[in-house]
Amino acid sequence: MKPPLIAILALALLALGPVSLQAAAPSVPLDRVQVDVTNQASLQRGAQLYFNYCMGCHSAQYMRYNRVGRDLGLTENQVIDSMIFTTDEDGELVNPGSLITNAMTSAYGEEAFGVEPPDLTLVARVRGEDWLYTFLRSFYLDESRPLGVNNPVFENVGMPHPLWELQGWQEKRADGNGGVRLQVVEPGSMSGPEYDRAIRDLVTFLSYLAEPIQADRQRIGIIVMLFLLVFLVLAYLLKKEYWKDVH
Amino acid sequence: MANEGVDRRRRRFLVAATTVVGGAGVAALATPFVASLQPSARAQAAGAPVEVNVSQIEPGQRISVGWRGRPIWVVRRTPEMLDLLPGIRERLRDPDSEVITQQPEYARNQYRSINPEILVLIGLCTHLGCSPAFRPEVGAGELGADWPGGWLCGCHGSRFDMAGRTYRNQPAALNLEVPPHHYLSDNVILVGEHAEGGTA
Amino acid sequence: MAGNTADKIQGGVLGWVDARFPLSQLWNEHLAHYYAPKNFNFWYYFGSLALLVLVIQIVTGIFLTMFFKPDAELAFASVEYIMRDVEWGWLIRYMHSTGASFFFVVVYLHMFRALLYGSYKKPRELIWIFGVLIYVVLMAEAFAGYLLPWGQMSYWGAQVIVNLFATIPYIGPELVTWIRGDFLLSDATLTRFFALHVIALPLVLLLLIVAHIIALHEVGSNNPDGVEIKANKDENGVPLDGIRFHPYYTVKDLVGVGVFLIAFFAVVFFAPEMGGLFLKPANMIPANPLVTPDLIPPVWYFTSFYSVLRAVPDPFLGVIAMGSAVVILFFLPWIDRNPVKSTRYRSFAHKLNLAVFVVTFVVLGYLGLQQVTAFYSEMTLRFSVMYFLFFWLLWFHSRERSAVFSLASFVVLVGVYSLYDVTRFDPANALLLYTAWLLPTAYLFVTMVVPVFARNLGRDRPVPERVTA
Repeated sequence: MKPPLIAILALALLALGPVSLQAAAPSVPLDRVQVDVTNQASLQRGAQLYFNYCMGCHSAQYMRYNRVGRDLGLTENQVIDSMIFTTDEDGELVNPGSLITNAMTSAYGEEAFGVEPPDLTLVARVRGEDWLYTFLRSFYLDESRPLGVNNPVFENVGMPHPLWELQGWQEKRADGNGGVRLQVVEPGSMSGPEYDRAIRDLVTFLSYLAEPIQADRQRIGIIVMLFLLVFLVLAYLLKKEYWKDVH
Repeated sequence: MANEGVDRRRRRFLVAATTVVGGAGVAALATPFVASLQPSARAQAAGAPVEVNVSQIEPGQRISVGWRGRPIWVVRRTPEMLDLLPGIRERLRDPDSEVITQQPEYARNQYRSINPEILVLIGLCTHLGCSPAFRPEVGAGELGADWPGGWLCGCHGSRFDMAGRTYRNQPAALNLEVPPHHYLSDNVILVGEHAEGGTA
Repeated sequence: MAGNTADKIQGGVLGWVDARFPLSQLWNEHLAHYYAPKNFNFWYYFGSLALLVLVIQIVTGIFLTMFFKPDAELAFASVEYIMRDVEWGWLIRYMHSTGASFFFVVVYLHMFRALLYGSYKKPRELIWIFGVLIYVVLMAEAFAGYLLPWGQMSYWGAQVIVNLFATIPYIGPELVTWIRGDFLLSDATLTRFFALHVIALPLVLLLLIVAHIIALHEVGSNNPDGVEIKANKDENGVPLDGIRFHPYYTVKDLVGVGVFLIAFFAVVFFAPEMGGLFLKPANMIPANPLVTPDLIPPVWYFTSFYSVLRAVPDPFLGVIAMGSAVVILFFLPWIDRNPVKSTRYRSFAHKLNLAVFVVTFVVLGYLGLQQVTAFYSEMTLRFSVMYFLFFWLLWFHSRERSAVFSLASFVVLVGVYSLYDVTRFDPANALLLYTAWLLPTAYLFVTMVVPVFARNLGRDRPVPERVTA
């Protein structure tokens, strides 16, 4: 079978000018968020939100439950009670050493939302923390959408607002300066600042999830740097000493 | 190249110091590489302890479960089987379980088990790792009229009694290994972990 | 050196080995009695550092190979397995990914050193050619390795580069299918790239590096003065300006290693993604043949050449231009025929030429990472032209040129690209075009025309007999 020459050339042309085939970058400025992956309390609150609200649809299939438990300072029983809702083929809860897959099949996801809900293990490294923080706070009511909500950070996203009970519902309003802003029209169980803090916790957890060793590597890095400085000083003195011979 | 005025002691000291620090650095860097070859989290998860419910095992019956890719035998021994155990001491190589690597401390008794009735063994011959056949019938044909029941390894003919103890004058020198295990309840055993945790 | 081994006839293990294998001889010839110029400067660290990075890449690569699965279904997950489940796997993987970029940093600086001090000139032409071959194989090695994690960038980057071969007339499409081993980039491609990356190309690389070093030790090192130290020897045949490589340069290189490792591990531990330059966010998404990422820039070390490719509107000619930008490096010893090696003693015009080349290479590298806009594509074209003009000027400055030749060639060169500008003139972008036209024109004017009127700007200086301290 010979692939059509035109198609090949079209692909080659991609090289000459990358063409955008996906939704463009968000048109709204992102809100900045500072996350601290060494803050275990924040990680635990974020994990609680994650396992209650996200993992129904999204997997984190490169990560293991017991690793999350260990890194977040939870006991095995706490892991089993608060994180594991997935069962194996015998109907038993999966082993805490299992990967965090989930029950929703990709076929069902596609049917329900039009797209398969993506795996979230690495989402913080793909999108960035600011993006997630802004995205999760920017759902607004939009009757033109099948699920009744839209999001300026990810236009026409095929995802419902999973945290509406906490945030309530927002609507798009003119901000008086020619732009738009989102305003809560039907409050949820949290106030605005409470919700922002909760989302920061969730983003902190997602950041940890994307790279669980990030706190470790920075800690180890400092030791390595100090060690190498000692080595460098010695090597420099040694070089100085030998090069006294060279005139 | 003028060598006059060289402070040899200083030079020797710096060479030694740089070598030691550099060597320590190389050794420190080698550690993660060596450690990476240990069982990964996936292997650890696959080798996690397994629960065995013993309530369904009939007296005299053996069941087999898998733990870390090895067969684990759980036998509910009859009173007759237990009664035969003391009588064959002279024919055994290590009747009192003196080789401590072959069982945890809590299985170092005449029955080699926590509960005399229930025997838990790793089903691999201590000679070269074949899985011996279960031969519980007393005085079974080719095994001789004095066979008290136990296991026969098909590979090299090693024999083990109903407590997994090895006979004299045969290839296998060690008793069958008792894996770490403990009772979660009267009828549920967790194989692969001591009561106080850990597998060592 | 036969005398040295004769002196060393001695007992013990060393004597036993030396009678059967020239261990002491090798040690002496390449380290203890290898005389290197005593005036090496900062630029001379990068050869030994390149060897260090090679060792890092081979060792970390061996360990990664133990955990990686070269299978389109499993490759992405196996990388995350290394990052999460394998003890210290993250460190090994980050060392390897950071090492790839550092390899190119070090090699680019090493190559710049050769440009700076004329290290490619007689009698070192072969060292240079082996070096450029190493560079080309290193690019192939890096390209093959980049596919292995099987993320979106791996997939689409390879897609774009492999499809460059499709622009070759007649055989192109068939060739691409043959390279991929399938009608799309697939598991078949991944497995063959894996084989190339872990064994075939590293073997070639090692052989070339050995050849590079043997050739170097045959003729001896150049130095910042461009003086042949073997021309001045004492009564024992020892170069007056030489010092033994060991211990003098081993201890000096150790300092370089210390500084290098601090920079290397700072990236590994504090910024392994290097802001998306070393590891791209889009590569954290598993490869999906149905969705193309927004922007598919190559990794930074390829972007200068990628810009040259993009500068030419015709795909095939673009590939030719990009290929030429690499291949022209092989001919450097015969392009630059000026007998003065070191830039120290070359004319102002040459110094400026070299400086502009560095800027050109960096700017092209930056442009290769950007989305195409009218401004960027105009700059890409101009700087690509300047990339090639560098080599012309290198030849031009081989000796002092007459006023007539200088002015005539200036007019011809400017005429050629101005003519091209006329054919593509677009009133909407006229201002951009005029302004950008000034870039190569000013470059040529200062390096070719100005020296005609200010002769000392185009004149080389006398080279000293002995190295300067």
